[in-house]
Amino acid sequence: MNPLPLVAVAGSPNAGKSALFNALTGARQKVGNYPGVTVERHSGRLTLADGRPADLVDLPGAYSLDPASPDEAVTRDVLLGRQAGERKPDALLIVVDASNLDNHLRFALQLIELGLPTIVALNMVDLARRDGLELDSRKLEEALGVPVIETVAVRRRGIAELNVAINDMLDAPRCPAHHDARADLIHLQRRARELATAAIVTESPVRRWTHRLDSVLLHPVAGPLILAGILFVMFQAVFAWSQLPVSWIEAGFAMLSNGVTAVLPAGILRSLIVDGAIGGVGAVVVFLPQILILFLFILLLEATGYMVRAAFIMDKLMHWSGLSGRSFIPLLSSFACAVPGIMATRTIDNPKDRLTTILIAPLMTCSARLPVYTLIIAAFIPNRAIGPGIGLQGLVMFGLYLAGVAGAIVAALILRRTVTRGGGGAFMMELPKYQLPSFKDIALGLLQRAQIFLKRAGTIILGTTIVLWALASFPQAKPGQRQVESSIAGHISDGIYAVVKPIGFNHDIALALLPAMAAREVAISAIGTVYAIDSTDEASGAKTLAERLRGRWPLPTALAFLAWFVFAPQCISTIAVTRRETNGWKWPLFMIAYLFAAAYIAAGITYWTAVTLGL
Amino acid sequence: MIISRNMNAPFKPDSLPLDELKIGLRGRVASVDWATLDQAEANRLRHFGFDEGVTVEPLHLGPFGRDPLAIRVGRMTVAIRKSHARAVRVVPA
Repeated sequence: MNPLPLVAVAGSPNAGKSALFNALTGARQKVGNYPGVTVERHSGRLTLADGRPADLVDLPGAYSLDPASPDEAVTRDVLLGRQAGERKPDALLIVVDASNLDNHLRFALQLIELGLPTIVALNMVDLARRDGLELDSRKLEEALGVPVIETVAVRRRGIAELNVAINDMLDAPRCPAHHDARADLIHLQRRARELATAAIVTESPVRRWTHRLDSVLLHPVAGPLILAGILFVMFQAVFAWSQLPVSWIEAGFAMLSNGVTAVLPAGILRSLIVDGAIGGVGAVVVFLPQILILFLFILLLEATGYMVRAAFIMDKLMHWSGLSGRSFIPLLSSFACAVPGIMATRTIDNPKDRLTTILIAPLMTCSARLPVYTLIIAAFIPNRAIGPGIGLQGLVMFGLYLAGVAGAIVAALILRRTVTRGGGGAFMMELPKYQLPSFKDIALGLLQRAQIFLKRAGTIILGTTIVLWALASFPQAKPGQRQVESSIAGHISDGIYAVVKPIGFNHDIALALLPAMAAREVAISAIGTVYAIDSTDEASGAKTLAERLRGRWPLPTALAFLAWFVFAPQCISTIAVTRRETNGWKWPLFMIAYLFAAAYIAAGITYWTAVTLGL
Repeated sequence: MIISRNMNAPFKPDSLPLDELKIGLRGRVASVDWATLDQAEANRLRHFGFDEGVTVEPLHLGPFGRDPLAIRVGRMTVAIRKSHARAVRVVPA
């Protein structure tokens, strides 16, 4: 069978390339990775105007074929047919921003020179008009020698016409002629300016929206206050908006386990399904709403163009800790999850800055820590107000976030003066125009995040909780013994217990630390599984996990456990992505060592301070 | 018109470094001292369209320490640090 024709979508950053890709493929997309590098590969299926299918691949945005980042290198290599895991595209769809032609045409000219059958999508013509710019796309078409189609990708306009043009291009491939022998950056740029100037019909000077918004959002006083306000609303929303959907998910899993309990006879199988599978996965899926709310904010901030402004505002502060504003976006994403955060560091051009950002990303309180924090706080911190609208529980949660950030600043300062010394000092970013994002693009982004999370819950987390259930259930305890202590898991954790005893951890925590290496949130399902198995009397089955913990752990132990999770690198995925991003085991091993050391010290200090204070 | 161009702009003694151009004032790039930038930084500045004869306009300053700078280059707005803006010399328009 012949493979389907492959059309590559290429263009400069901020040309609206991904929105156009979404408009052409809809939800029929696959997100993967190019082998050997951690650049995401977005591909999709396009139904042509005549009903035939074609494959579409969305290449990372690049300013030119002279790469300045791993992303740009992938774009170049795919286009030259040199990228492993990708065949050479049969045709090219170049996306340019109509209101920034003088810059975007430079890359377009370079791409047309490749000689592939090519179409240019003159995107965001609405924003150009908003800026008082009227363009002649026919004239541009003549000058470029390839078809030019006007589009507004986020509003799904011009998509049908584009589809017809792609269809025609694949039916009768026509390779554009070469015209420029002196194709270096400066000459391409000058030619791009000539073409852009020639394509302009009228240009009326208007006060640009983006400029007006920036005079507020980048205001020296208002700007940082607005940023702080946005971040506050974001973290507030993560907790407030998630309560209702969380209660639905909890009710759903409770119904499921009650149903199974009613149908199956008491015994090993029922224990496996109810305590192991449903209990373990349910404890994690419950955090889906919070993760999605956090990603919703991050996607919105990115799609509107505000995220780069946040980086602009934060650059100087980040510079003082040895980083740049570039690191702000990956670190902010790390509050959702360090894995996409670490992957987002590939937009940092400077290798030392990038490495430092990767090493401190796990200190940003990721959403997987939330289950741990929420449970311990609910169990041990009294729910009382200490001021108008300020609760003690919320304050402790905020303190834990702050502890992570403070730890990250200290770590960055030390790292930049020792292991990642030198280089640095660059912050160069484009400030894109503000744009109203399309609901569909945001929904699609959230859907992809939800799929990735549920797949993780369904594989890694289900697997580890079942293994843990087995280790904690066998061999069966003799009368008078605690099941947890006589099981295989109990014996394994004896070794861990010896190490963590000085920092106030009990045997149950030692038991939970091992499976929590798979993912932090597993610590909770592990403790949940252990106590579910361990509960002998029927009445205690109705107790919540928080109530059970309250009876079993002294307060200093609980606080030390929280301090541990601020620092501990308890996540295989983070370690794996660090290995991939740094091309070896040196840096992930360094990261594990320094984070475990920090976690051990922090937990120890917390425990002994609390004990001394008599808490 | 936003773009004006002079292919062989000579070094003008009345030029000043871009980071000293006042916010809201326009200037024409007289020269870029590429030698003070490393390869990747120089490439990025070229990608952003910095070139002799191009009109630039500083728009905003970072809130902390008046750094970095947001600068309009042609139709694009870019953010760079003062230390890099210093490599670009402009003649106020």
